[in-house]
Amino acid sequence: MMNTREHLIYMAGQIFRNFASRGEEAAVSATAEHLVLYWDPHMKAQALDILDDPEIDLPEPVRAVFGKLRVAA
Amino acid sequence: MTFTREKDFGTPAASGEAVSLTIDGQELTVPAGTSIMRAAAMVETDIPKLCATDSLESFGSCRLCLVEIEGRNGYPASCTTPVAPGMVVRTETDKLRKLRRGVMELYISDHPLDCLTCSANGDCELQDQAGAVGLRDVRFGYEGENHLEGCKDESNPYFTFDPAKCIVCSRCVRACDETQGTLALTVDGRGFASKIAASQDEDFLSSECVSCGACVQACPTSALIENTVIEKGTPDRAVVTTCAYCGVGCTFRAEMRGEELVRMVPWKDGKANHGHSCVKGRFAWGYARHNDRIVNPMVRGSVDEPWREVSWEEAIGHVAREFRRIQNAYGTRSIGGITSSRCTNEETFLVQKLVRQGFGNNNVDTCARVCHSPTGYGLKTTFGTSAGTQDFDSVQHADVILVIGANPTDGHPVFASHMKRRLRQGAKLIVIDPRRIDLVRSPHIEASHHLPLRPGTNVAMLTAMAHVIVTEGLVDEAYVHERCDRDAYAEWAEFVSDPSRSPEAIEELTGVPAQEVRAAARLYATGGNAAIYYGLGVTEHSQGSSTVMAIANLAMATGNVGKEGAGVNPLRGQNNVQGACDMGSFPHELSGYRHISDAETRALFEKDWGATLDPEPGLRIPNMLDAATDGTFKGIFIQGEDILQSDPNTRHVAAGLAAMECVVVQDLFLNETANYAHVFLPGSTFLEKDGTFTNAERRIQLVRKVMEPLNGYADWEVVQLVANAMGLGWGYTHPSQIMDEIARLTPTFAGVNYDALEQRGSVQWPMNEAAPDGTPMMHIDHFVRGKGMFVVTDYVPTDERTGPRFPLLLTTGRILSQYNVGAQTRRTANVDWHAEDRLEIHPHDAENRGVRDGDWVSLRSRAGETTLRAKITDRVAPGVVYTTFHHPDTQANVITTDFSDWATNCPEYKVTAVQVTPSNGPSDWQKSYRELAEASRRIETAEPAE
Repeated sequence: MMNTREHLIYMAGQIFRNFASRGEEAAVSATAEHLVLYWDPHMKAQALDILDDPEIDLPEPVRAVFGKLRVAA
Repeated sequence: MTFTREKDFGTPAASGEAVSLTIDGQELTVPAGTSIMRAAAMVETDIPKLCATDSLESFGSCRLCLVEIEGRNGYPASCTTPVAPGMVVRTETDKLRKLRRGVMELYISDHPLDCLTCSANGDCELQDQAGAVGLRDVRFGYEGENHLEGCKDESNPYFTFDPAKCIVCSRCVRACDETQGTLALTVDGRGFASKIAASQDEDFLSSECVSCGACVQACPTSALIENTVIEKGTPDRAVVTTCAYCGVGCTFRAEMRGEELVRMVPWKDGKANHGHSCVKGRFAWGYARHNDRIVNPMVRGSVDEPWREVSWEEAIGHVAREFRRIQNAYGTRSIGGITSSRCTNEETFLVQKLVRQGFGNNNVDTCARVCHSPTGYGLKTTFGTSAGTQDFDSVQHADVILVIGANPTDGHPVFASHMKRRLRQGAKLIVIDPRRIDLVRSPHIEASHHLPLRPGTNVAMLTAMAHVIVTEGLVDEAYVHERCDRDAYAEWAEFVSDPSRSPEAIEELTGVPAQEVRAAARLYATGGNAAIYYGLGVTEHSQGSSTVMAIANLAMATGNVGKEGAGVNPLRGQNNVQGACDMGSFPHELSGYRHISDAETRALFEKDWGATLDPEPGLRIPNMLDAATDGTFKGIFIQGEDILQSDPNTRHVAAGLAAMECVVVQDLFLNETANYAHVFLPGSTFLEKDGTFTNAERRIQLVRKVMEPLNGYADWEVVQLVANAMGLGWGYTHPSQIMDEIARLTPTFAGVNYDALEQRGSVQWPMNEAAPDGTPMMHIDHFVRGKGMFVVTDYVPTDERTGPRFPLLLTTGRILSQYNVGAQTRRTANVDWHAEDRLEIHPHDAENRGVRDGDWVSLRSRAGETTLRAKITDRVAPGVVYTTFHHPDTQANVITTDFSDWATNCPEYKVTAVQVTPSNGPSDWQKSYRELAEASRRIETAEPAE
C-alpha cells in the first residue's frame, strides 16, 4: 500500500499520462489545472513539499506539474 | 389517501386518430385502436371482465365482457374489439346479462366457496364480477370434476400460488411475458387439465421466476397473493411514494393497514416504472421493521468499549462538542462528512450545508465517488452537464441498443423489462461486457453482438469502434458540423483513425475478434436510433472518465444525442445517486455542479446562509482516509453509507477510520463502518419521512411518509439537530422548505417545488424559466455547453497487472436479489436466492486449480485475502473471475486495490489481479474481523431503575 506522498505522486503521474496525448507541455498544464480544481489545499501543500524534498526522486513530468502548481499557487 | 383501487380500463391506451361512437346511448370520441372495453371505461361504464387488465394486451378468453354492436352478428368480446366510426354499442341487455351469468356460473362451479375466510375477501375481482353480473346460484352444483384439491405452492417467500383459486385467465402468464419479459410461466395441459405452471412445472422458487410480482398484481383472484396479505389482511389506506432501492426510481402505492405496511404495489401512473416492479421494491421492505434496527442514539469513548444508549440531547451535544474540539485542536479542515445516495435530496443538501456552513470547509463527498463520479466528469466535459440525456421511455424508440458495463436485468430490472420489450419488437442489441450477462441470450432476446472484452480495455474497444465509424465514412457529418466543436472533432477523428487504434490492432489486447468489433460499430452507426446504456463496468476503472468521454464521442459522431431513441444513459446504482450529486455532495462543487472556486456562485450561498465559504475544494473520500492515517483528518459525519464494506481496499478504510477521534455514523443498522464509530445516530427509512429522490433520468419524485419513524426523527431533522447544536440556527419545519432553498440557489432546480411535484407527479430537471415543464430529453437543439466537445481518449492501461502471483482478473458486480452492501436486502427473505457471495470461475481455470463447484476457495490479491465458495460457470471467460459484494462475511473489498480513475478517484473495482486456490477455512482477516465486529456491536445493558 502506498503512503500518502507516494499516492499523490502516483495520482499526479496518472493524470499526466491521461493528458499525455496532448503533448508534454499541454499535458503538464492540464494536469496542474486539474490539481488546482480537484485537490484540497493540504494535498496541494504536500505536493509542494514533495517538490522541495531532495530525498524524493520525482518522475520528471510530475516535477513539472508540481512546479506549475507552485506558480498557480 | 384512503384505500381505493387504481382504475383499470381493461386494455392499454391507444394513440390513433379520433374516432366517435356511441356506447349505451352516450356519444364519445376516443383514439382509433381503443378497445370498446376501454372506451366504455373512459365514460365510467365498466363492462364485466376477468381476463382483461389495462397493463396487458387484450386476450379475449374469459367471455365475460361480451357486448352487442348494432349491425354485427353475435356478441363480440369488448376487450378484443376495437372501436370504429359510428359504432353503436350496448353493454347491458337481458341477453348479455344471461350470457355473462352463465359464464360466471361455470367459473364459480369450480371455485372454493370460502369468500369470508379468503385472504382476498373484498379485494377480489372474481368476487366483484360475480356481484356485477348478478350471480345468485350455480345450476351445475359443486360436485362435478374440479380443481379444488390442487396443492398450494408456498415455496416463494413472498407470495403463494393456490391453484384451487385459479381461473386460468392467463393474466399471470401474460404479465410474465409482456410486463416482465422473463416468460417463466405457462399454461400447462389442454382443456380441463389446463393449469398454470412455472418453468417446467417446477415450484416458483426453483423456477426461472424472478419474483417481480407482476403475476401477483395481475391475478384477478387470490390464486397468486402476497403472503403479507394472507398474514395481515387487506389494506385500508394507500400512499404513493418512491422506492429506495436502485436508480430506476419506481413509484409504489404503499398499502397500509393502520400503521402497518401490508404491501407495496407498483403505481400504474409512475413515469419511471409504469406499474412494474422488481423483487426488491415490491417485496424486500421487511428491513424497515427488522429487529436489528437501532432506534436509540448511542455513544462510546473508544471503539473497544460497548455502546451506551443515551438521549438524543446527549448524543447531539456530544457530536457538536467533539467536532468543535477537534477543529480547535487540528484546524478547520480536520473534519468532514459523507452524504448518502439512499437519503433524500433534502437530506443530502443539508449534510453538505452542515459541512460548508457549519464545519467551514468543503470536506464533503458521497458514495457517487465510488460509482458514477466519472459520469459527472465525462458528461460535463463533453456535453456540459453531469447527467444522462434521455428519459427511460426513450428506449421504446431505439433501433439499436448498446449496453456496456451494465447488467440491467440484475441491477435495474424494471428498466430492463422495458428494454426487453423493445428488443422483442426487433431493436438490435450490442453487449460489451466481460461476462455473458442475461441480456446476451434470454427468452426471445439475443444480442446481435457480444463483445466479451478483457477487463480494463473499455477505452481501447470504444476507440476501435470509433476508428471503424470514422475510417469507413459512417460519421454523421452534418450533425457534427452543426452541433459540435469542429477543431476538437478534427483532432479526435485524426486520433482514432490511426491504424494502431483499429479493431485488428487491439484484438490481442481486448481478446475480441476484430470482425465482431467492426460489425458492432457498423450496426451502432447505421442501424437507426442508437442508444447507449452503461453502468459501473464503465466507471469503476482507472480510465472510467475516459470511457464515459469515449462513449460520448461515439454518440456525437453518429448524431445520436438530442433525439428520441438515442443518447447516453448512465444507469445509476442507488436510488438517489443522481440527486446526491445534484445537491452539491462533491467536495469541489455546489449544487447544480458549480465549482466552489466560482466567486459569484459562492456569494449566492454566502448571502443565503450568512457564512463565508471556503473557496478551495475539499477532500474526496479516499483522500480523507489518507489524511486520517497521516493524522490531519480527525472527525467525520457519515450519513447512510457503509464505507467499510462498500469502498475499496478495506484495510485502508479501516486504518483511516481507526485513526480518527470522532466517527459519527447515522444509519438504520449497526453497519460495518459503525464498528469504528464513536457515536451512532439512528436513521429513518424511506417509509418514515417526506422528501424527494432523483432517479437516473433526472426525474424528481416525492417520497411520502407512510409511518412514524421508529427513532422519532427523520434524517433531515437529525442533521438539523447537529447543525443547531453547532450554532447554525436552522429552522426548517418541513422538507419542502429545504427544496425551496435548493430551488432559489440552483438554476437547474429554479422551478421545482412540492406543489409542482404534487400536481405533476414528477418533473425532470432542468426545470426553470427556460424549461417550465422540465426536461425529459437534453441537448435537443444544442448542447448545454454550446458545442459538443470531442475528447481524445488515449488508452492508458491500468497499473493493476496480472502475473505469476496473481494470474486472474477479478471483476465485481451485483445480483438481482441483493442490493449494494446488502444492509437492507440481507434483512429480508431475499437471502433465499442469494445467501452468500460466490466466486464465478471458468471451468478451465477451476480444473487447473482442482476446484469443484461449491468448494471453498481462497481469493487473494496484493491488497488482501478472503474465502468464499466457487461457482463454476462459463459466463466468465478463462482468466476472469467474478463476485458480488453483498455480504460482510466475504468482504470482497478486502481484495480490491486503491487504484482509481485518473480524473475522479472512482475506485477500480472492476480490475483486480488475483489468485484462486482451494481453501478449507476463512482467511486471517475474516477471522479477526469477525471478532472485531462481534465485540464492536456490544450494547451496554442499562441498569434497571430502582
